[in-house]
Amino acid sequence: MNAMTVSLLVGAVIVLATVYISWRAGRLDRMHIRLETARAALDAALISRAAVCMELAASRVLDPATSLVLATATHEARTAGPEEREHAESDLSRTIRAVMDQDRFRERLAETPGGATLMADLDTAVTKVIYSRRFYNNAAEVTRYHQRRWLARTLRLAGHTDPPSYFEIDDAEPASFAQRA
Amino acid sequence: MVCPYTWDVPGGVMAHVRDLAEALIADGHHVSVLAPAADDAPLPYYVTSAGRAVPVPYNGSVARLAFGFLSAGRVRKWLREGRFDVLHVHEPAVPSVGLLAVWAARGPIVGTFHASYQRSRVVAVTAPVLQTALEKITGRIAVSEAARKTLVEHIGGDAVLIPNGVTVGRYAEAEPLPGWGPDGGVIGFLGRMDEPRKGLPVLLEAFTLLAPERPGLRLLVAGPGDAEEVLGKVPPALRDRVGVLGMVSEDDKARAYHSVDVFCAPNTHGESFGIVLAEAMAAGATVLASDIPAFRKVLGEGQAGALFTTGDAASLAREAAALLDAPERRAKLSDEARVAVRQYDWSTVARDVVRVYETVTATAAGGVQEERGGAVL
Repeated sequence: MNAMTVSLLVGAVIVLATVYISWRAGRLDRMHIRLETARAALDAALISRAAVCMELAASRVLDPATSLVLATATHEARTAGPEEREHAESDLSRTIRAVMDQDRFRERLAETPGGATLMADLDTAVTKVIYSRRFYNNAAEVTRYHQRRWLARTLRLAGHTDPPSYFEIDDAEPASFAQRA
Repeated sequence: MVCPYTWDVPGGVMAHVRDLAEALIADGHHVSVLAPAADDAPLPYYVTSAGRAVPVPYNGSVARLAFGFLSAGRVRKWLREGRFDVLHVHEPAVPSVGLLAVWAARGPIVGTFHASYQRSRVVAVTAPVLQTALEKITGRIAVSEAARKTLVEHIGGDAVLIPNGVTVGRYAEAEPLPGWGPDGGVIGFLGRMDEPRKGLPVLLEAFTLLAPERPGLRLLVAGPGDAEEVLGKVPPALRDRVGVLGMVSEDDKARAYHSVDVFCAPNTHGESFGIVLAEAMAAGATVLASDIPAFRKVLGEGQAGALFTTGDAASLAREAAALLDAPERRAKLSDEARVAVRQYDWSTVARDVVRVYETVTATAAGGVQEERGGAVL
């Protein structure tokens, strides 16, 4: 084998490796975009859930005790720092369940003026939290896996970003969801 | 929306896509469906053909799929001209136009997973190829607990559960089958006759217990399976009181639900969502079902239909007798069932799908775009 062939071979290997690496980097970049979009959607869903809860608490269609419980949990969730956020949002989920699973809550709310709209808004908000959290955790899982792979770690393809953390909260839906029409 | 299987052959996924598309259109959304179809096949106005599908062996059976340059070109053209806000692909792991669409698109993509299987060699072999495409799906939906489990085990990652819907209006009214009830003595069953999990043997045993003391009692059985085998499980003297219809058409199915006094769902194992049960409820049949958790939930713990101890023929016979003797209770359960089934109507299911669309588009600007640079792996 002469020097010419060797240098051609080496060149070919370098070109192929470059193409492969840039493809892998592009793929990881796409994942980061998907992750950020999913995170923003999750934040939006949590904020709109809190907004609907606040509206319901302030609407005077609930009894004062229920209003207060709901308003407090919502306030806690909205003002929680990054460390307590998952905890506070879980508490809000539990409060919503306790409120919505009261006996005949749906019927009673539907009878009040504007109650049916609020009920529908709350259904949507609770469901969207469940959906967006699943989608975010999916994206986080895929991204984590690819950041941890050997090539990505060695060449720092992900830059200096920290591995994304999962968002773990209790978002089980209220039992009365079975009665929504 | 993209359907991977050919539009001119009826099937579960195709029916799902059709019903969902029609529910969304009825709700005022703009929907375009891309599906393989024969050139001369009559298509509804909202369906665009992605070219002819070829029958190929896939995953242990023969599926009619569309792939190749021609299909890929049509997929790109459809994406470019549609300028969609959301791309919704059904069965994105199936090598057909769905997978091609995921490849060619960028932006908010929703994928619905239907199939559930124990093991798939194809997925294992092609996993890396699939992964790259499936990574682009931002929102994933599974239609059943089983489909979700398949997804978690074979492809990885979770999905939200949005079950199939029932078009309640399709079953609400139908003419009873000639020669059958409701006459106060007909019990009905619909489902695979040769699948023990559907529980037909339990029902046949209960029928054998009840029939001698109730001369008017008859049993109507419909569904795929061997009729001789079913009749063989009933004493010869009672055989002329059992009607086995075999496989029935959509229309006859609706008529069958209207021909019985009590509709029995004796399933012995946890079906996550009893579509047959929901159809019977839509028809306003009085339901008697085994008390597996899924059925208890659908029937509101006995509010919208009676329950018996799963797998227990004596319990079934006792409950069936009580129901047959109480026409007023049957009428009440029937009314409750019609109300309870509304939450499984396609319009409700479509609303949940729209929430998924809104979630994936909440922060994504620009809608669905064509991926530049072609289909590089």
